[in-house]
Amino acid sequence: MNVAELLFWITALLTGLSAIMVVVTQNIVRAALWLLFTLAGTAGIFFLLGADFVGATQLLVYVGGILILVVFGVMLTAQGPFVNLKTGAGEWAVSIVVGLLLFGLLGISILMTEWNFTPAPSIEPVQSRLANDLGLSLLGFRDATPKADLPIGSPGEPPRERTRLAYLFPFEIVSVHLLVVLIGAAYLARAKRRKGPAKS
Amino acid sequence: MDSLESLVSEYWPALRALLAAGLLVSLMAGSAIIFIWLERKVAGRIQDRLGPTRVGGKFGWLQTLADGIKLIAKEDIIPGSADQMLFRISPYLTFIGVFLAFMVLPFGRDVVGLPMNIAAFFMLSVLSTEVFGVILAGYGSGSKWSLFGGMREAAQMVSYEVPRAICVVIPVLCAGTLDLQLISEQQAGPFWNWFIFRDPFQFLTFWVFFVTATAGCKRAPFDLAEAESELVAGFHTEYSGFRWCLFFMAEYGAMFATGGLAVTLFLGGWHTGLFPASVMPGDFASPLGILATVLSVLVFIAKSWLLVFVMMWVRWTLPRLRIDQVMMTCLKYLVPLSCALLLGASLFPLAWNTLGLPAVPFRNHPGVPAQHAPAVSKEGQAGADSPGGLLASENPRELVGSP
Repeated sequence: MNVAELLFWITALLTGLSAIMVVVTQNIVRAALWLLFTLAGTAGIFFLLGADFVGATQLLVYVGGILILVVFGVMLTAQGPFVNLKTGAGEWAVSIVVGLLLFGLLGISILMTEWNFTPAPSIEPVQSRLANDLGLSLLGFRDATPKADLPIGSPGEPPRERTRLAYLFPFEIVSVHLLVVLIGAAYLARAKRRKGPAKS
Repeated sequence: MDSLESLVSEYWPALRALLAAGLLVSLMAGSAIIFIWLERKVAGRIQDRLGPTRVGGKFGWLQTLADGIKLIAKEDIIPGSADQMLFRISPYLTFIGVFLAFMVLPFGRDVVGLPMNIAAFFMLSVLSTEVFGVILAGYGSGSKWSLFGGMREAAQMVSYEVPRAICVVIPVLCAGTLDLQLISEQQAGPFWNWFIFRDPFQFLTFWVFFVTATAGCKRAPFDLAEAESELVAGFHTEYSGFRWCLFFMAEYGAMFATGGLAVTLFLGGWHTGLFPASVMPGDFASPLGILATVLSVLVFIAKSWLLVFVMMWVRWTLPRLRIDQVMMTCLKYLVPLSCALLLGASLFPLAWNTLGLPAVPFRNHPGVPAQHAPAVSKEGQAGADSPGGLLASENPRELVGSP
């Protein structure tokens, strides 16, 4: 077992452990803390795999998200100083069934896939090119997109410079959509302005 | 002996990581010791008094050490109403968040804890995790003052992240890379190569970034999380001894890290800015190269310390804002300002070229050696029609649209 494997197992164990603690903990803020550890552990696994960009995005997005969760957990639910959550037996049963189904689905798909293992060449941290690849595939350069059976072009055909597979346009559409949602939320949430003289 | 060597070579990455982590933690702690002494002296001078004068000679050099011994000897108190686990864990969370930022800070060529392709982005994401320790400390202390401090910090941090991220994007746009080492390399040579002097928008961006970075380190005039005139001591009211020390080390570490980020993005990184072609460090084979590397690290640290000094100067000069003023400054002024700067910095090269002004040498700087150029350009040389070559070999200003 080399260092990378050891680090992977430590990170994976801690991530799994904190995921269980999210479910088991009764205190809502502590549950949020365990959720933070789970998501940070996932980011750590991304870093171990060399996917720096995905890991950093995971940290940036989820840390902000859990932050809001903690703030709302404290502000909206706390009656006493430390509020407790009680889970009923029915909820436990339903969630166990759903969890086992999902676990079974994942397990079957992992076992039924034919894996093509290649041994890791070294444990030296490699300079990840992932950010460059992401940027290039966003602009539609085909060489940069992952090797897979793409719907256009046959494998023998020489790669064209640009394909129609640019992610930039869908990305922009999603961004504008999010912006519309934000403006709508701000419009709905703002204080209503009274027309005419204010009634007392 | 042979087995020992093979063992060392097998575990060299792990040993190197441990060594780098140890060095960075010592740098954090060592500079915190100096910063605390400096803060006292700066505060004293600005308030027309002397500051510490007795411990360790004329200038009170050893004042921090005496403080440290006192702090460690203090009783470690956990209030009865506190949430034990959150109370214990939050100082470490704060410290880890800041330490992660140090990992990618480029102190010199190849003198970086973890060379990373997306270092600037990584730094932004880990600097925002620091807030977690503060909020959990505020909540876990079981005290109203702490909770108020934590909630204020949450509101402040969520708002100030936005202009700070936009301000980081602007020099990144200029450099065409997120790698902090490459960004530093592009600013080699005389000081007018630094990004702050590239165009008027970059110059303004530096000041906006510095304001948001000060707010991000919760330093005065934005230190609402610990406003001692209203909240006793804010989030660390209930802390004492070593845990309190950790909060302070994290705060001074965060100042150093954001100062280092500002130096890398705007102020030429480890380059002195005095030599026309920078004397190249990073050659670890010759003694002269090692000397140049050490000097470049010292230059970087000195520049970062200068920015930290400016933060202290601001702290003891300006009064603290109110919480609504802090939020208004960010949302009504800094966010639109940074958006306008982003737009201006993107349009400036285009306008420059359209007006037919003399071309400014931009990328592929002579100071950048081949092994530090982005990996894409190597492929571009191999096959001229491959996509990587198109982006890397051409001047981005020509891509934008030449007259």
